Amino acid sequence: MREVLSLDGVSFAYETEEDVFVQAVQDVSFTVRDGEWVSIVGHNGSGKSTLAKLMIGLLFPATGSVNVFLDPLTEDNLWVVRSQLGVVFQNPDNQFVGATVQDDVAFALENNGVSYEDMQIRVKEALSDVGMSGYHNHEPHHLSGGQKQRVAIAGALAMNPKILILDEATSMLDPQGRSEVIELITTLRSTTGLTVISITHDLEEVLLADRVFVMNQGKLAASGTPTSIFEQGTKLQEHGLDLPFALRLSQLLRHTGMPLVGDHMSEKELVNELWTSHFNK
Amino acid sequence: MMEKMIFGRYLPGDSITYRLDPRSKLIFIFLFIFAVFLANNTVTYAILLTFTVFVILLSKIRIPFLLGGLKPILFLVVFTLLMHLFLTREGDVLFQWKFITIYEEGLRQGIYISLRFLILVLMTTVLTLTTSPISITDGVETLLNPLKRLKLPVHELAMMMSIALRFIPTLMDETDKILKAQLARGSDISSGSIQQRVKAVIPLLVPLFVSAFKRAEDLAVAMEVRGYRGGEGRTRFRKLQWKTSDTMVLVLLGVLSAIMLYFRG
Repeated sequence: MREVLSLDGVSFAYETEEDVFVQAVQDVSFTVRDGEWVSIVGHNGSGKSTLAKLMIGLLFPATGSVNVFLDPLTEDNLWVVRSQLGVVFQNPDNQFVGATVQDDVAFALENNGVSYEDMQIRVKEALSDVGMSGYHNHEPHHLSGGQKQRVAIAGALAMNPKILILDEATSMLDPQGRSEVIELITTLRSTTGLTVISITHDLEEVLLADRVFVMNQGKLAASGTPTSIFEQGTKLQEHGLDLPFALRLSQLLRHTGMPLVGDHMSEKELVNELWTSHFNK
Repeated sequence: MMEKMIFGRYLPGDSITYRLDPRSKLIFIFLFIFAVFLANNTVTYAILLTFTVFVILLSKIRIPFLLGGLKPILFLVVFTLLMHLFLTREGDVLFQWKFITIYEEGLRQGIYISLRFLILVLMTTVLTLTTSPISITDGVETLLNPLKRLKLPVHELAMMMSIALRFIPTLMDETDKILKAQLARGSDISSGSIQQRVKAVIPLLVPLFVSAFKRAEDLAVAMEVRGYRGGEGRTRFRKLQWKTSDTMVLVLLGVLSAIMLYFRG
């Protein structure tokens, strides 16, 4: 599969007010391929938010390079690259620019000089893609958090991006809003083959990814499929991460002497094994 | 009281007035303010009042709703009337009881001035009720466009205005939350001397400002990432369309002014 985004030996340090440099990201390299869903996880201060800023050109690496569509991201191609990336941020309210849903979806189109006729069609399409068609005239304060994030996704999709970057996009939502958004991302991926890079600490969301990158103290601590990452168990906890609920429960049950066998990535798997095991006895 | 107050608010709906171009409505109101001052006798005031009622009927806004929403302002109208009634001492005496004397000129002036005030308030309210804030912003931006040559940052001003409008409800919610949080901590802003009350507002304002700045920062990042680079090379999602009805509105105003000029004393 074709590479769409890669980091090559990227390092970045913040300068604090006391003139001390804090190494936020240190020698991180990875490649994201076309159509993949990649999750970047890590506890607070692990450098995952800095990674997001580096990928969308809000910061530039001190050493190494960020390559988008095989070209290094520079000040010169910044705006072109941004028009091909969709980004959804954490706070649903603070990224809603337009006065109504349709104005917000059109915002990126307006900025990139898309023609009036084209804009009308693309806004409609983007809204129907995220299932918010009937809401085009709604004002943001009449929408739920999940709906606002769906509008933000529509705003990103309107530009037909190749890559969608979710910077903790579900962390401020209630469980219902979170599943709304995750469900939407899953459907979008299967219909459009969109590449998704999600920076998150929601572990249920991580399970849906193709690959996971674990960040700790600015370094890439581990990478692999969700299953292989979570199998590391206690080592993961050293990186300041929790295990998903089902996995932790299954570990604890094993600890108390329950003879369980499977991996139990999801609650359903665990429940299935639990009730069938009792059934056999 | 604040919920009922409709001055400056937008009421979603549909009528000829709603469908007019915001530019024609803004120009109309601006010129109408001058036209109001043409009235100086009973006939011209009657014409003006009839015209206002006609506009309200066209807008399909329910008159009881309009008057109910303007109650706080109607109070000012009545106050103006009374001031003139009791304080003007010209013309014949109409009524005298103990120390109260009402003069003919006072009655006339009172009615005229309060009527003028009422008409202006009614017309501007019809404008804001039937025009969404975003179209007002669009209208202002387009109307001010020629001033770009004078280096006036028209696009930036309009963008600031629309973002400010967009964030009013958000910040209201925020204020409400902070207020409740401070109340739960035992702060009291509804009693005590004025000095104490002002002091109690500070713990409300500081968190509000802090969060507003945080929001501004987030918003700036989100706008930049979505490709915002100022007004240069930007297209518009909303297109204003000047229709025949918009021209008609301004012609109508011209006719009104002509009639008023003819009848004014």
